[in-house]
Amino acid sequence: MLAHLPILQVIVPLMAAPACLILRRPQLVWLFTLLASALAFIISILLLQQVMQTGTISYELGGWSPPWGIEYRIDKLNAFIALIISGVSTVVLLAAQTSIEKEIPQDKHTLFYILYLLSLTGMLGIVTTGDAFNVFVFLEISSLSAYSLIALGRDRRALWASFQYLIMGTIGATFILIGIGLMYQMTGTLNMADLATRLPEVAETRTVTTAYVFFIVGVCLKLALFPLHLWLPNAYAHAPSIVTAFFAATSTKVAAYLLIRFTFSIFGVSFSFTTLPMEILFLGLGLLGIFVASTVAIYQDNIKHVFAYSSVAQIGYMIVGFSMSTNAGLSAMLLHVFNHALMKGALFLALGAVLYRVGSTQLRDFQGLGRQMPLTMAAIVLAGLSLIGVPLTVGFVSKWYLVVAAIEKGWWPVAGLVLLASLLAVVYVWRIVETAYFKAPVVGKELVQEAPMTFLIPVWILVSANVYFGINTRISVDIATAAAQSLFGVVP
Amino acid sequence: MNLSLATLLQLCVLLPIFATLGIVALRRHQNLREAVSIGTSVLVFYAVVSIYLGLQGGATIDVNWLQILPGLSLSFSVEPLGMIFSLIASFLWFVTIVYAIGYMRGHNEDHQTRFYCCFAIAIGSVMGVAFADNLFTLFIFYEILTLSTYPLVTHAGTEAAKKGGRVYLGILLTTSIGFFLFAILGTWVIAGTLDFTQGGVFPAGANTAVLGFILVLFIFGVGKAAIMPFHRWLPAAMVAPTPVSALLHAVAVVKAGVFTVMKICVLIFGIDLLSVLPTTQSLLYLAGATVLLASVIAMRQDNLKARLAYSTVGQLGYITIGALLASSMGVVGGSMHIAMHAFGKITLFFCAGAILVAVHKSKVSQLDGLGRRMPITMTAFFIASLGIIGIPPAGGTWSKWYLLMGTMDTQQWIILVILLISSLLNIAYLLPISMRAFLFKDPTSNAAVGIKEAPLPCLIAIGITTVGCIALFIYPQPLYELASSILQTSSIAHGQ
Repeated sequence: MLAHLPILQVIVPLMAAPACLILRRPQLVWLFTLLASALAFIISILLLQQVMQTGTISYELGGWSPPWGIEYRIDKLNAFIALIISGVSTVVLLAAQTSIEKEIPQDKHTLFYILYLLSLTGMLGIVTTGDAFNVFVFLEISSLSAYSLIALGRDRRALWASFQYLIMGTIGATFILIGIGLMYQMTGTLNMADLATRLPEVAETRTVTTAYVFFIVGVCLKLALFPLHLWLPNAYAHAPSIVTAFFAATSTKVAAYLLIRFTFSIFGVSFSFTTLPMEILFLGLGLLGIFVASTVAIYQDNIKHVFAYSSVAQIGYMIVGFSMSTNAGLSAMLLHVFNHALMKGALFLALGAVLYRVGSTQLRDFQGLGRQMPLTMAAIVLAGLSLIGVPLTVGFVSKWYLVVAAIEKGWWPVAGLVLLASLLAVVYVWRIVETAYFKAPVVGKELVQEAPMTFLIPVWILVSANVYFGINTRISVDIATAAAQSLFGVVP
Repeated sequence: MNLSLATLLQLCVLLPIFATLGIVALRRHQNLREAVSIGTSVLVFYAVVSIYLGLQGGATIDVNWLQILPGLSLSFSVEPLGMIFSLIASFLWFVTIVYAIGYMRGHNEDHQTRFYCCFAIAIGSVMGVAFADNLFTLFIFYEILTLSTYPLVTHAGTEAAKKGGRVYLGILLTTSIGFFLFAILGTWVIAGTLDFTQGGVFPAGANTAVLGFILVLFIFGVGKAAIMPFHRWLPAAMVAPTPVSALLHAVAVVKAGVFTVMKICVLIFGIDLLSVLPTTQSLLYLAGATVLLASVIAMRQDNLKARLAYSTVGQLGYITIGALLASSMGVVGGSMHIAMHAFGKITLFFCAGAILVAVHKSKVSQLDGLGRRMPITMTAFFIASLGIIGIPPAGGTWSKWYLLMGTMDTQQWIILVILLISSLLNIAYLLPISMRAFLFKDPTSNAAVGIKEAPLPCLIAIGITTVGCIALFIYPQPLYELASSILQTSSIAHGQ
C-alpha cells in the first residue's frame, strides 16, 4: 500500500469524481468529496515524510521502467507543493456546502463537486508526475475543469471571465505542448530525469532554446506573471467563492512548480541563467508586477479584485526570488508559495463568508461590518496583516527570507524595493479596515449576522496557520530550504 | 511574593496584555474595569522596581521565549537604558490611568473599554521594547506598539481623527518597514547577529560606507524618534484624547523611538564605530535642524496641543543628538533627557487636557487670565515648562547640561550653538503661555470668577508628575548612575 502512494495521490480524487454521480444527494456528495480530498491530504503528508527521510521516490506506472514507461517521481519539492494543494483544498471544502448554497443553483451542486475533484486531480497530477507529456495531460484536466468551475459563478460576467481564461489558458497550454514537442524532437524522450541528462548534449542548438522559451511563456501565462496576468482578476472575482479560494491558493503555485522544475531540474541553472538572460528578465517582470499590480489593487472597488491583483503582485515576489537563482532565493520563493497559499486561502474564504451574508464584496458594502461580522472581519485583518508582512505572521517570514536573499546576492536596491512594495499592501488592506470599522452601516440597509460556523471554522484554521507558521517556522522553513537545496544538488 | 526576576520581567510584558481580558469581561462595570487597569499598572510598576533592585544587587536576567528563525529569537534581558525607560513608562502609566479616569468620564468619551484595552496592549509592548534582547524582538514590539495605538489615535472616529490616523499609521509603517526593517536585515547579513552587544556587533573592517548607509536607514527608519522629514505623524496623532497624547506621544511611543535610536547607536554600532562613520556628522546636523525647525514651528502654533507636539519633536531631536554625539557625555545626557522630558511633557499634556475638560479651551490665545481660575493647573504648567526649557528647579537642567558637555567633549561647536539657541526658542514658545495665564486679564469677563479646576483624579495626576519634575532636579543621582552605567555594565549584564 505505502509503495503505491505516489499514484494513489492522483487516483483517489480522480476515481472519486465519477463516483459522485452515483451518490446524487448533495449533502452526501459534499461529504464524499471532503473525504477524498482529506485522503489526498493524508497521502501527501505520508509522502512528504517518506521523502524527507529516505529521499526521492520513483514509482513505475504499470511496472514499465522509465524512460519507456511513465514514471511518477516524488522529491522534496513536489511533495511540498502537493501538500499545499491537498491541504488547502481540504480546508476550503469544509465551507463549500454552505457557500455554494447561495451561489450555485441546486441542480448543479453535484457537477460542482465533480469538477472540483477533477481540478484537484489535475493539479496533483502535474505535480507528482515525472513525465513531461503527462504534465500536459494533467494540465488540460485541471484547466478544463477550472474553466467550467469559473463559469458556474453567480452572474453572467462569470461566463466572460471564464471565456477569457479559456482563450489565454489554451494559448498557454499550446505553448507548453509546443515546448514539450520540441524537447521530444531533440532528445527522443519525455521522461523528465532522462530529459535532464540528454538536454545538455544539445543545449547549444536553437531548437532547445525555442523549446525552453515556448515552454516558459506558456507556464508564465498559467502563472499569471505580469504582464500575462490579464485573465486572472476577472476569473478570481466572478468565480464562486470556494473556487476562488481554492485556485488563489493553489493553481498559480502549480505553475510556479513547473517553472522551477523545468528551469532547475531539467534545463539546468547554467542554461537558463547563463546562456539565456532569464535573470534580468524575471527580475524585471517580477518587480514590475509587484509594483503595477499592487498599485492597481489600491484602486479597485470590488474587494475580490483587490486581492486578485494582490495575487499577481505576490507572484511577482515569488519570481523575484526565482530570478536570483541562488539557494536562498529559491528557498524564499518556495516559502512564499506556501505562505501565500495560507494568506490568500484565508482571505478569499473570508470574502466568501461576506458574500454569503451581505451578497456583495464591493468596498462600500463593508461599511459597519466590523461590528456585524466581528470574527470574519478580524480574520480578514489578520490575514491582511500577514499579506503586508507584519512580524509574527507568515508574510513576515517570506519577506525576511526574500530580502536576506537579495542582500546576500548584493542586490541592495531590490531588497529596498521589495520592502517598499509591502507598503502598497498596507494601503489596500487599510482601505478595507477603515471602511469596515470606521464607517457606520448605510442607513436603511439590513444589518447582517456573523457568518455561520461552517465558514468560520475553515477561515480560522487558515488564519491560525498564518500565525502558527509565522511563529514556529521550523517546519515550513526546513522543508523549503531542503527542497531548494535538493534542486541545487547540495546534500544537506 | 517571591518570584524570580525572570518571571517578573515576563510579567511586565504579559500582565498588561492579559489585563485586556479582564477589561473586556468587566466592560459593563465601569469602576471594576478601571480597577483592573489601575491594579495592573501598580503590579507592573512593582515588578519593574523589583527588577531594578535586583539589578542593583548585580543580578542578570535573560529570558528566552522562542526561536522564530534560526538565530533569531524572541528574548529579553535587562540593561540600564531599558531600565530607565521601563521605570518611567510603568510609573507614568499608573499616573496616566488615574488621570484618564477623570478625563474620560469628565469628557463623556465613548468606547472606553476599547480605549483601556489598547492602552494596556500599548504598555505591554513598550515593556517589550524596553527589555528586548535583540533588534528582532525590539522590532516586533515596536510594530505592535504602532498597531495598538492606532485605535487610540482614531478614538473619536471623526473624519479628522481618521485622517490623523492615516498619517500616523502611514508614516510609522512606511519608515519601519521600508527603512528600519531594511536596516535590520542589512545588519543581519553583515554582522550575522542582532543581539545587543556592548561595543557593537559589526565585525572590524566592515565597509564603513555600507554601515553609514545602514545608520541612515536606522535613523530614518525609527520613525517614532520623529526626525524630520518623518515627524508629521506626531502632530497628526494629536487628534487623540489627551491621556493618549500625554502618555503615548510624550512618553511611550516617542520614547520608544529615541530609546531605539540610543540602543542602536550604543549597542549595535558602538560609539567607537559610530564616531568614524561617514554619515554620522550629517545626521547630527539633520537632528540639529529638526530641533531648530520644530521650535520655530511650535512658536507659530495657536493650538495648545499642536504646540506641545512640535515641542516634543524638538526635544526628541536633543536625545537623538545625544546618541549621535558618540561620546559618553552625550549618551548620559540623552538618556537622562528621556526621563526629564517624559515628566515635563506629560505634565504639560495633562494640563492641556485639564484645561479642555474644565473650561473647554484648546487655543493658546484663549488662555488669558486662566491662572486665576485654574491656579493649580497653571502653576504645574509653569514648572513643567521650566523643565522642558532646562532651568532650575526642574530636572531638565541636568540632562541639558550633560548634552552641552557632550558637544564640547566632541567639539561639535555648531551643535552646541544650536542647542543654546533652541533653549531660547523653548522659552519663547512655552513661557508666554504661563504669562498669559497669570499676567493677562481674561477679556471676556470683568468680574472675578470662581476657581474651576479639572476633576480630582486629573489634579492628582498633575500633582504627581509636577513633583516628579522637581524631584528629578533635587535628586537626580539614581538616574545619573543608571545613565552613566549604560556604557559600562551592560556587558556584565549580558554575561559576557
